[in-house]
Amino acid sequence: MDTTTPSISTVIVDAAYILVAFLFITGLKRMSSPGTARGGIVWAGLGMVIATLVTYLHADWNINLALVIGATLVGGGVAWVSGKRVAMTDMPQMIALYNGMGGGAAAAIAAVELYRDEPHGLAFGILAVLGALIGAVSLTGSCVAFGKLQGLIKKSFRFSGQQFANVVILGAAILSGAAIAVGYNTSAGAVTAFFVLALALGVTMTLPIGGADMPVVISLYNALTGLAVAFEGYVLNNWSMVIAGMVVGSAGTLLTQLMAKAMNRSLGNVLFSGFGESASSASGPVTGSQKPIEAGDAGVMMAYAQKLIVVPGYGMAVGQAQHKVWELAQLLQNRGVTVKFAIHPVAGRMPGHMNVLLAEAGVPYDLISDLEEINAEFETADVALIIGANDVVNPVARNDKSSPIYGMPILDADKAKNVIVIKRGQGQGFSGIENALFYLDNTRMLYGDAQGAVNQLVQAVKAAG
Amino acid sequence: MNGVIAIYIFMLAGFTGYEVISRVPVILHTPLMSGSNFVHGIVLVGAMVALFNAQGTLELVIGTIGVALAAGNAVGGYVVTERMLEMFKSSGKRQGGGHH
Repeated sequence: MDTTTPSISTVIVDAAYILVAFLFITGLKRMSSPGTARGGIVWAGLGMVIATLVTYLHADWNINLALVIGATLVGGGVAWVSGKRVAMTDMPQMIALYNGMGGGAAAAIAAVELYRDEPHGLAFGILAVLGALIGAVSLTGSCVAFGKLQGLIKKSFRFSGQQFANVVILGAAILSGAAIAVGYNTSAGAVTAFFVLALALGVTMTLPIGGADMPVVISLYNALTGLAVAFEGYVLNNWSMVIAGMVVGSAGTLLTQLMAKAMNRSLGNVLFSGFGESASSASGPVTGSQKPIEAGDAGVMMAYAQKLIVVPGYGMAVGQAQHKVWELAQLLQNRGVTVKFAIHPVAGRMPGHMNVLLAEAGVPYDLISDLEEINAEFETADVALIIGANDVVNPVARNDKSSPIYGMPILDADKAKNVIVIKRGQGQGFSGIENALFYLDNTRMLYGDAQGAVNQLVQAVKAAG
Repeated sequence: MNGVIAIYIFMLAGFTGYEVISRVPVILHTPLMSGSNFVHGIVLVGAMVALFNAQGTLELVIGTIGVALAAGNAVGGYVVTERMLEMFKSSGKRQGGGHH
């Protein structure tokens, strides 16, 4: 510890960073409840502004200061405009992109320190290299995740021996990183080779993972970026980076576990196998037939129901039907029907994504229930209305041990007295698994695109008088 | 930085993150991931310090890229999180008619 009297600017910076750590943790805490969540992000935002402003106390009047200001304005400006414009349906890939930028920044910090090639301690070397590796993987991996969800990368690149190739790249990156960390070879060439390997690893690790698993991957990279930031915080002797990065690292790890669990996938399974897109369709034969219903009849059924539970899926969001669905729900509420929304953890493209889309349409959050809250209520519901959801209401997950989705928690929509499924046609779900719900005696199929079909239901309920 | 104290801080901050998040309902998972994504935008202060101390063209170029990326993380993370959370309203608030 420093025994000399610290300068006034050091005292200000230290005090501000303590306040920043407090604001970040309080902000995250407030985000844990819908009522205080918006306040939470404002608190954390205030912390970020304070942290950035006091950091200018480190500055001298030179070219570096001009570059800092210029780069902040350019990077921040582009992010501001893109963040304001992005559609709510595209939110997961946008989060991935911003997260990748953070990882890249952590890697850049390490690069500046390592290219400088000054003598340093072992802990400094190890953490700088680890942070660089993690940050670089997070950067390129997040960019690939963005490309996949945005539809820029349509194929999953898989070849035999791919896992082996990844292990070789990882091994080479760790070896070259270790050589730098212990001071064996710290030449600019070695540092460059290390960064090329780390950046390549992010790409080769993420390319084979299917689109359906991307939320887990994005969440994982979010946690990894947090760790990278914490490690580089140690390198720069910056406690606020250590605390904020570590908090995000552990919180992100927990979130990743929760998401993987909700999808009935282990993290290892997501990273090292190729489900997600090319699931086997080896489910058992489904007996019976799909029974269609006209919108008029379905509307009357709903208009005279006591209780209706809406189960929205990503298909609803793709069809931009959420506003119409809320209009339908309000019509029914005015008739005295109890309307609830049941959200599966993986509805949408990311846990909680569907809640955002419903909130955008104006649905109050207290009408929205998650799986544990609502599942017992399906038995008392007169109608379960399934819009654009498929695998998450497939009862084979409960009772067919041979099914690839066996054991996945599902919404028990089949237990409602009547089930109405809005669906484009008779095709299979995202995973290619036949849905037994569609063939049950209490299920009726309303064929059509989500928005058109719900619009017909609105008209039918209005006509019911 | 004192190594032992650093380990304590790494450990305690890790537990803090785990505890703070463990009570978050599923409905907030996407905004929360976005919010935590914003929080590690604190990397901006590190990128700024690295660029302040950078010497020579290579360090200046990498440092500038780092600051631009970090600013994108912080600003973008804030904007999208705030947009999402701003929309969450309860039935009671809605009938009050207020937009915020």
